[in-house]
Amino acid sequence: MALHSNTAVLLGKELRTEFRSRELLTTTTVFVLIVIVLFSFSFDPTSEESRRFGAGLLWLAFLFAASLMLQPCFLREQSNDTLSALRLSVSDPFAIFLAKLVANTLFLLLTELLLLPVFAVMYNVSVLPMLHWLVLVFFLGSLGVSITGTALSAISAQARMRELLLPLLLLPLLTPILVASTEVTAALFDRSPYVQWKGVGFLAVFDLAFLTILWLLGEYLLEE
Amino acid sequence: MTPTVFSPTGIRFENIDKRYGGLYALRRVSLEISAGECVVFAGRNGSGKTTLLRIAARLARPSSGSVSFVNGGEVRGTVPPAGFVAHATMVYDELTAEENLLLFARLQGITEPVVRAETLLREVGLAERRNSLVRTFSRGMRQRVAIARALLNEPAVVLLDEPTTGLDTEGASWFAQTLRHLRDSGRTILMSLHGESEVSTLATRAIRLDAGAVVADTLTGANFRSILAFANA
Repeated sequence: MALHSNTAVLLGKELRTEFRSRELLTTTTVFVLIVIVLFSFSFDPTSEESRRFGAGLLWLAFLFAASLMLQPCFLREQSNDTLSALRLSVSDPFAIFLAKLVANTLFLLLTELLLLPVFAVMYNVSVLPMLHWLVLVFFLGSLGVSITGTALSAISAQARMRELLLPLLLLPLLTPILVASTEVTAALFDRSPYVQWKGVGFLAVFDLAFLTILWLLGEYLLEE
Repeated sequence: MTPTVFSPTGIRFENIDKRYGGLYALRRVSLEISAGECVVFAGRNGSGKTTLLRIAARLARPSSGSVSFVNGGEVRGTVPPAGFVAHATMVYDELTAEENLLLFARLQGITEPVVRAETLLREVGLAERRNSLVRTFSRGMRQRVAIARALLNEPAVVLLDEPTTGLDTEGASWFAQTLRHLRDSGRTILMSLHGESEVSTLATRAIRLDAGAVVADTLTGANFRSILAFANA
């Protein structure tokens, strides 16, 4: 019970501070928008090419945006040592991770859903017929990115060269998510769209496995 | 300050070592702090004061040895009954003073968090500014929020790590008065300070740390002023 209530309180704090400043959402949305527009202008892909390569481009942009978004996740807890105050207050340190990764997933998902129409228009890809499946893939992919990213953000925040460390650790670790998400999304962008269940299953298992690891090791990641 | 509901609690450090790699931050520190004592830790930068306080707060784990809270002769469980105030404010700049207190009160499962936050804001003189973002506060006002946060759960033990750093004369004077209230209410207080000040005069015991070891203690006959004077040298 304490885990649930602590997580809810902390999630409320994360959402309140972000919607008050809109720092992360604005930065990542603008970043993904720039990538989508630049690629569109640089390659001017045909509809067929967009179906083939659009999913990969989209997920690469999401991953880079996520590494930007996740960077300050624990870093901003350090300026006033608020992480110590949280550790002294919560009964289960996993609540700190859980709140942050849920918030990060929501922020990432919001960015993705905001930019999906822009992508659809610029790359001439029909997304409406399979929208609910796309939302599912975006959710599973974003959750995986947030789980690993939140854990690595906690590690990198305590290291020197922390700004460089997170992308260096995060991007290779997320390769399986990138591959699976791209394959499932590409199948949904296909002229005859279909759900690639193998990829969906992989994403679900990845998320579950890394969430379990975080639950087991989270306390140690927060220690000094 | 609010009437207290805690039971007097002491702290026992037993053979505490803390290593960071090959470097010793603390070496075989053994101390018995009785309930209600107001202890000042003095020493140069890097002498181990902060590490000792963070171990007492359970924010850092000793490499070896143990720390326990003693209540009426009995060793208490592992949950720290300590309020911790550090040089960093440990509150969120982007939240208001009230939002900060409510956040930590709810996390600590305090019943009637709104009432508790209101009471503490009044006591630290910030009731008028409850809805202002902490980032708009002066250093002294931030420290008041920090103290209110540390006292949310009526802690029996208060740990203060260089709490007066950055405070102006008025702020330091207010802090000394608050500390006097805390001490007189029977709380056990451990604080680290640099040299003598209005705050240090409230201490009932002084301990000097050097290179992670206890080198002088007024309990074993060391001179109070010389401990603080040395730390200031």
